[in-house]
Amino acid sequence: MKRFTISLFTLFVALLLITACAQNQATPTTAPTEQTGAVTEQPAPTPVPAQQEQPAAEGSLLEVVKQRGKLICGANANLPGFGYLDQEGNYAGFDIDFCRALAAAIFDDPDAVEFRPLTAKERFTAVQTGEVDVLIRNTTWTLTRDASVGMDFGVVTFYDGQGIMVRKADNITKLEDLQGAAICVTTGTTTELNLADQMRARGIEYTPVVFETADNTFGAYEEGRCDAVTTDKSGLVSRKSLLKDPEAHVILDATLSKEPLGPAVLQGDPIWHDVVMWTVFATIQAEEFGITSENVDDFLNSEDPGIRRFLGLEGELGESLGLTNDFAYRVIKNVGNYGEIYDRNLGPGTPFELPRGLNDLWTRGGLLYSPPFR
Amino acid sequence: MTAQANLSSDKKSPPAILEWMKENLFTPWYNAVITVALAALIFVVLRALFRWALYEAKWEVVLVNLRLFAVGPYPEEAFWRIWVALGLVGALAGLSWGAWGGRNWAPSVVAGVLGAIVLVLPASPNVKWPLIGVLAAFILTHVASMGRSRLQRPLVWGWVLSFFVILVLLKGLGGSQVLADVPTSKWGGLLLTVLLALIAIVASFPLGVLLALGRRSELPVVKLFSILYIETVRGVPLVTVLWASAIILPLFFPKGVRVDNLIRAMVGMTLFSAAYLAENVRGGLQGVPRGQYEAAYALGLNYYQAMRHIILPQALRAVIPAIVGQFIGLFKDTTLVAIVGLLELLGIALSVIAQPEFIGLQREVFIFIAAIYWVFTYAMSYSSRRLEARLGVGTR
Amino acid sequence: MATLPVTEHTRPPFWRDERVLTVIAQIIFLVVVVLVFTYLYNNVQEGLRARGLTGGYGFLQQRAGFDIGESLIPYTSDDSYGRAFVVGILNTLKVSLVGILFATLLGLLSGIARLSPNWLLRTLVSAYIEIIRNTPLLVQLFFWYMAVMLKFPRVRQAVQLPGPVYLSNRGIAIPWLQPQAGFPVWVGFVVAGVVVGLVVAKWRARYEERTGQSGYPIVAALGTWVVFVLVGWLIAPGTPASVTRPELVGLNFQGGTRMTPEFAALFTGLVVYTGAFIAEIVRGGILAVSKGQREAAKALGLNDVQMMRYIILPQALRIIIPPLTSQYLNLTKNSSLAVFIGYPDLFFVAGTVLNQTGKSLEVISLVMASYLTFSLFTSLFMNWYNQKVKLVER
Repeated sequence: MKRFTISLFTLFVALLLITACAQNQATPTTAPTEQTGAVTEQPAPTPVPAQQEQPAAEGSLLEVVKQRGKLICGANANLPGFGYLDQEGNYAGFDIDFCRALAAAIFDDPDAVEFRPLTAKERFTAVQTGEVDVLIRNTTWTLTRDASVGMDFGVVTFYDGQGIMVRKADNITKLEDLQGAAICVTTGTTTELNLADQMRARGIEYTPVVFETADNTFGAYEEGRCDAVTTDKSGLVSRKSLLKDPEAHVILDATLSKEPLGPAVLQGDPIWHDVVMWTVFATIQAEEFGITSENVDDFLNSEDPGIRRFLGLEGELGESLGLTNDFAYRVIKNVGNYGEIYDRNLGPGTPFELPRGLNDLWTRGGLLYSPPFR
Repeated sequence: MTAQANLSSDKKSPPAILEWMKENLFTPWYNAVITVALAALIFVVLRALFRWALYEAKWEVVLVNLRLFAVGPYPEEAFWRIWVALGLVGALAGLSWGAWGGRNWAPSVVAGVLGAIVLVLPASPNVKWPLIGVLAAFILTHVASMGRSRLQRPLVWGWVLSFFVILVLLKGLGGSQVLADVPTSKWGGLLLTVLLALIAIVASFPLGVLLALGRRSELPVVKLFSILYIETVRGVPLVTVLWASAIILPLFFPKGVRVDNLIRAMVGMTLFSAAYLAENVRGGLQGVPRGQYEAAYALGLNYYQAMRHIILPQALRAVIPAIVGQFIGLFKDTTLVAIVGLLELLGIALSVIAQPEFIGLQREVFIFIAAIYWVFTYAMSYSSRRLEARLGVGTR
Repeated sequence: MATLPVTEHTRPPFWRDERVLTVIAQIIFLVVVVLVFTYLYNNVQEGLRARGLTGGYGFLQQRAGFDIGESLIPYTSDDSYGRAFVVGILNTLKVSLVGILFATLLGLLSGIARLSPNWLLRTLVSAYIEIIRNTPLLVQLFFWYMAVMLKFPRVRQAVQLPGPVYLSNRGIAIPWLQPQAGFPVWVGFVVAGVVVGLVVAKWRARYEERTGQSGYPIVAALGTWVVFVLVGWLIAPGTPASVTRPELVGLNFQGGTRMTPEFAALFTGLVVYTGAFIAEIVRGGILAVSKGQREAAKALGLNDVQMMRYIILPQALRIIIPPLTSQYLNLTKNSSLAVFIGYPDLFFVAGTVLNQTGKSLEVISLVMASYLTFSLFTSLFMNWYNQKVKLVER
């Protein structure tokens, strides 16, 4: 009988231990709970001049990330080209590279990042609850998300638009041909809302067939459950290459909406927000300067003050962000500039061969434009 | 009727078989009609099934992804830890069988035969030898402990302890070289399924017992609280509990505390399981005769002593089969954690059918994992029936 | 145990007085519970504020903006979140009610068949029960959806059955009634037919009890109902309804009515799964009826069907109903797995609403309250029925 008491007691201890594990994993570094707890009392400090000498970014997620020693990045695991698991089980893709760029900027190590695969539905909760530090998962920047869902956006990594893919055999060339169609769509996306709006505006009757994950959505489309499938055009291109017979499908010219995709962070943390934004800008600025991962070391001897500032040879641009001055150098050296990231994942030589289009430098007619590094 | 059928089927001589067939398949006349119709139906279905399974089905999708189904993305360099954990379980199982099962060579013989089969199978040596090691651990400990019922008590402790040892082994320790930390995002497949079900049942045990006692308590506040909890949880689907724990749980903690999503799923399953366990235990408590309570109080025991020493041991013993049944249910319910994005067996299956080279092979994949679930749950419910018979629960 | 002289007037000191102690224990418990909840509640509020999320159910009146694939009431993306919720609730009720009906039938038949003297039938049904009960429902649902429903021919190669009924992986299209001017009158007759039919059934059943002669209550009731339906059709002004047939127009079938593959998969999955559990309950109930009853029935010269109908099942019912209730509750709760295969039930719609609005606590509380209500009403109904069955006992 005593044995029973002891077992019961052991089980209680077990429960405690498990809870403790939760806490441990939650905060692997020493005594962070008290620290973060204390910090919530005061609002995040605004960068007043006095603090610029010691920009430790106290109370910011940046400090938490630095202490942890790695970045936790909310990613897509099911969108080839943007975020997916390669044959060896490693994450790869356009969005993934920006996660790595951020890790490189902070730790000078593009692998100091843990990826957390998220569905469209759970992604904002994951940021809200602090489960991920940053969300780089083909997420559209909208006013609602910026204002009331508690996200902060600020920079666009990919200018996209919503498109529709249909089977060539159906002879559908424009949206109006979709009268009475069944259309597959993934839930939890702006896509779902745009589709409803556009079809309503055009007076087209249709049946939405809605799924939790993109895998299910495209799986059902492939099986013929729907006449059409809709998501961002980049996503369509990426998914089309995975269909059994890519040639049997065609993406309509019609664009249903503007979809600027970019990283999102939790609202109310300007320091962390700046770090994320300027890491992205660094990749764009590097392409504008013509700096690549190959030739970046040559530029260390550059006389151009703009380039010297950019690479952290002069001034204290990086430190004012709470990073090191050479953060841009680290990003370029480890991950590459925007053009390299794009070509590696989406450009010629990949199955997608996506033209740069809007995602080209402003000097070449695109929309990519980095604010100056000074 | 069933008993009759079994009785007559025991006779093996041909006329008896004919008689058996006549009795069980063709009497009265409408049974003959049913038999013929069913036989035709079964023939057609089975033929189509075998034809599909042998000629049309593309089982490569399963063979290529066996590792994913087993352990998901668990890192290869840490596989040895899983083998050590399995070896530990094998040794404990061997000891337990020996300690409780008496002088019976059958388990060791079966394990030996299995080992021989593994030996000749063309499996990769990375799987073959560890598997044989696990079986050897079972056989050695079983032979060594046969009939030593003295070991029973330490073994209970061994099992409890091994649960934590295995968890640490699989998770690793932060900062350690030998046992490098394996992030829970790398746990998957059957491994995660088993762990989720085990952890949920173990962790929900204390909570469930407390709730059961609370529901039968004479303190109205405690009673009301317990009833509210139990009935609320039992009134809603598990997915909503998982969903709530995934979304709301992080809000309960102060900002900056990060709760792993595996932990959140475990908490959700534990809270859910506790309510059902409480009802099972309550059934056991109600089964304890009133006289036992009165006797306990007459001995001068107070409430806690009475519960601890007299009532709960009897009640829990009576509900062991119900708890095993609940565990089987939980094992099946682990599939629902796909809703929070975990890659347990079903989650892995869903990602496998999305692999571009295997598009359209849903049948093969689902039948395969259904078979795995079936083997596990059927084995558990079978041994639970055996256990029930041996414990003599229900016959007392 | 000690040798204290116990008199009626000695009171233990208050710290050992059981009545005081119980009160104190409860107060402590209450305080702890309240404290924990306050702490959690504050954290949640603070967390929500920090994330710029404000509370309240006002969002239910806002425009939803998303479409729902199938709905029992008219719904467009211009309707409110509240109405979207109602659509989800109705879809859950639809699949649960139809599912309960068919699962009961399947379970009853399988339960009886499992006890059949026919070895082949018995074994086959046992195999069905053992396979289905020991694999997860969610795996079965995925199987029904992806490996069965979606593998039907594509819409252009739809299989045509007489009717016409079309089978394709867009679902099943069947002819259906299109209401015309006289429809309400006719519906009135149909409903009246149900009421009168029930009365007739009761009357025939009484007759049966009184005289011991067969009163054919079910046949009589059905006959009455059919008469009402036919008479109503003739009396109603104009034609009450016309039949529309499904036909392939453009991309999809138009006309008639269609059952989506999502609904079909969920329905099949729930019925087959729950049916296996109900079969075991029915079997247990039948076996629990004492052998003497069986022998007595045989002695009276009843055949197998009569024995089941008049002797065994009525008695087994009393044992069956409580576990049956929990199976009904399970089926209703399990219908929330619809979310995985794209059937827009309550849980599915709630997920979309939560995603669009970010109102986590509000949406979750609404969903839980809805399911609790379903459970409560199912339990109440089954308890009422249980009482009713019990009263028959003489």
